[in-house]
Amino acid sequence: MTTGAILAPDGHRTVALRLQDVRKNFGPTEIIRGVSLDILSGERHAIIGPNGAGKSTLFNLISGRFAPTKGSIRLNGEEITGRAPYEINRRGLARSFQVTNIFPRLSVFENIRCGVLWSMGYRYNFWRRAEKLRDANEQTERTLEQIRMTTRRNTPAGVLTYAEQRALEIGITIAGNAGVILLDEPTAGMSRSEADHAVELIRSVSQGRSLVMVEHDMGVVFNLADRISVLVYGEVIATDVPARIRENNAVQTAYLGSAAHA
Amino acid sequence: MSTDGPPQGAHCAHSGGVGVVTTGSERSGSASAAIAARVPALRLSRLWGIRYWLACAIVLIVLPHIPGLTSDFSRSLLSQMGIAAVFALSFNVLFGQTGLLSFGHAVYFGLGGYAAIHLMQTINRGLPIPIALVPLAGAAAGLAFGILFGSVTTRRSGTIFALISLGVGELVYAATFMLPGTFGGEEGITGNRTRGPDLFGIDLGSQLQVYYVIAVWALVAATLMYAFMRTPLGRMCNAVRDNPERAEFIGYNTQRVRFFAFAIAGLFAGLAGGLHAINYEIVAADSVSAARSGTVLLMAYIGGASHFVGPIIGAITLTWLQISLSAYSAAWLLYLGVFFIAIIVYAPTGLSGLIMMHGRILHTRAFRTLLSTYALAAGPAIVMAVGAVALIEMSYRLSTQPELGTRMRLLWVAIDAGTPWPWTIAALLVVMGFVLFRKTWHPIAAAWNRAGNEANATTSALAAP
Repeated sequence: MTTGAILAPDGHRTVALRLQDVRKNFGPTEIIRGVSLDILSGERHAIIGPNGAGKSTLFNLISGRFAPTKGSIRLNGEEITGRAPYEINRRGLARSFQVTNIFPRLSVFENIRCGVLWSMGYRYNFWRRAEKLRDANEQTERTLEQIRMTTRRNTPAGVLTYAEQRALEIGITIAGNAGVILLDEPTAGMSRSEADHAVELIRSVSQGRSLVMVEHDMGVVFNLADRISVLVYGEVIATDVPARIRENNAVQTAYLGSAAHA
Repeated sequence: MSTDGPPQGAHCAHSGGVGVVTTGSERSGSASAAIAARVPALRLSRLWGIRYWLACAIVLIVLPHIPGLTSDFSRSLLSQMGIAAVFALSFNVLFGQTGLLSFGHAVYFGLGGYAAIHLMQTINRGLPIPIALVPLAGAAAGLAFGILFGSVTTRRSGTIFALISLGVGELVYAATFMLPGTFGGEEGITGNRTRGPDLFGIDLGSQLQVYYVIAVWALVAATLMYAFMRTPLGRMCNAVRDNPERAEFIGYNTQRVRFFAFAIAGLFAGLAGGLHAINYEIVAADSVSAARSGTVLLMAYIGGASHFVGPIIGAITLTWLQISLSAYSAAWLLYLGVFFIAIIVYAPTGLSGLIMMHGRILHTRAFRTLLSTYALAAGPAIVMAVGAVALIEMSYRLSTQPELGTRMRLLWVAIDAGTPWPWTIAALLVVMGFVLFRKTWHPIAAAWNRAGNEANATTSALAAP
């Protein structure tokens, strides 16, 4: 079966994203060493692990920035392995970036609307005025409200504060209403209060979607995630609910250690 | 475990929508209140919406009748400006809008021109199509070659794209000499714009009629390119310019976006080439040359690529400089080069950028101070420029035109470049002018800062509530 919903082992929920024995080599070095992982529909799934474990690489494989050397990635049952980023995005997966990746000379409003256009079917349309596309502009307004940047709508994205750019980064990601959202360290470089604010934002925007996020801040992870996968040296050593991840001996020795008590 | 299944999600999305519906109904509420007032005024408001275009149209109509612009020479100059403006705008669809630097944009201008001149020849032989529609053939050829070459060149962006465009330019230039039947080699292909059926009495017999045909096409082309900028594809061109990687992750194939932009730029460049064919009745190898590709780059850059009107300003300025400077000085290319370098170094956003910068502080009190510091700076700057011009003209005379002798006129003064005195005085003017000019920089910068702060204060005061 290449398309169609995959049922989770419990027989009730569907799998939004399935990774099977995914491997990635850069030259002779194997960075991702056989990752198999199911992301269930509607769950918030965090991927944690020490620096260099391959978390960002894993995101790049899923979102199409790199092609896996081996293995299979399926989105809602459809094979997406090795497809281009825009093809994967059109099938309902959107991602944010660890290093802010926005359109600096466009306004905040335009940044978000760019994220809306394809998903609303406007594609390469060159005969309609963008300002007259009611549904696209309304979806943009909704997203602006969600990320609480309505008042900054006309500001060029390049001059926003860091925290605002991070929020915009998430806004562009969710604007197209993708069913699966990957967030790469959404709170990186934020102060405590900014991070708290970001957690609320992520909680609200991930309603009704499947969320996968890479995060270093354990407070954020245990606060948000339904399930956690621990990635160490390119392998998933455990996937479970937060409470059991906390108790997992292998995880503690491999990674959490003192961080769990911090 | 808090899990949000799809049904719940759908509910949330709906409740998210309620807020928007509220704002939407508020808007439509106020709108319905205004409808009664708006209905009779509908036509007027329509006109108001296109007021800038109407103003442009009126200016274009009146322009060739303004005293001083009524000679055939002036009207020809205006026609050339119109052609250059369309060409520069088409270049900026690539450069300013999509972030693609092309060194071979004249290819589409020239090939459009050749298509137009061939059609003109066919009309001369009896094909019943009005000559005024010949630019459409240019546009079609520009589009066709844009699609043909663009499908290869737009696979890459950045430096590689720039280099491939240079290669295509050289290729086509060489082809014009290899296929003399089609391109006529150095002599080019000629046609006759007056030998064809009339369209509404337009026989293109006078330069005034030629001007009006070009003006109409230029206005149509500018309007279409402006409108294109505002379509979803046009907005995505900007997005791809800003950050091609991110564009890929929101569903867009950036290669495809670049390709479409390239085809559209080719279309309008071809249209400009068709206008060129009407204006000159000859299209030759120079129309696809690297020199022309370079000139259009200068136009866009000098005018400013980040504003829509920038390339138009650049096209007008550069066309005027080319014609008028070349009448006064044999060293005009040198002055043009200095002008270009000065723009790149001191005003990288171009002339339109300078205008916008001043527009922002126009209402401030410090703006008057700024103007007076400008006036203060103008004196020494002129002294310095006069000295520099004298040095350049004398050197140029001695090194490239020795047969004309050393006696020459500069401005209204007769001098002998064979004696040391003119050199000494010119050098002194440059040095003294520069020293005094340098002293005005500080007050200018200070006035700028004050005006800028004042403008910022008003903007933030407006934004605060």
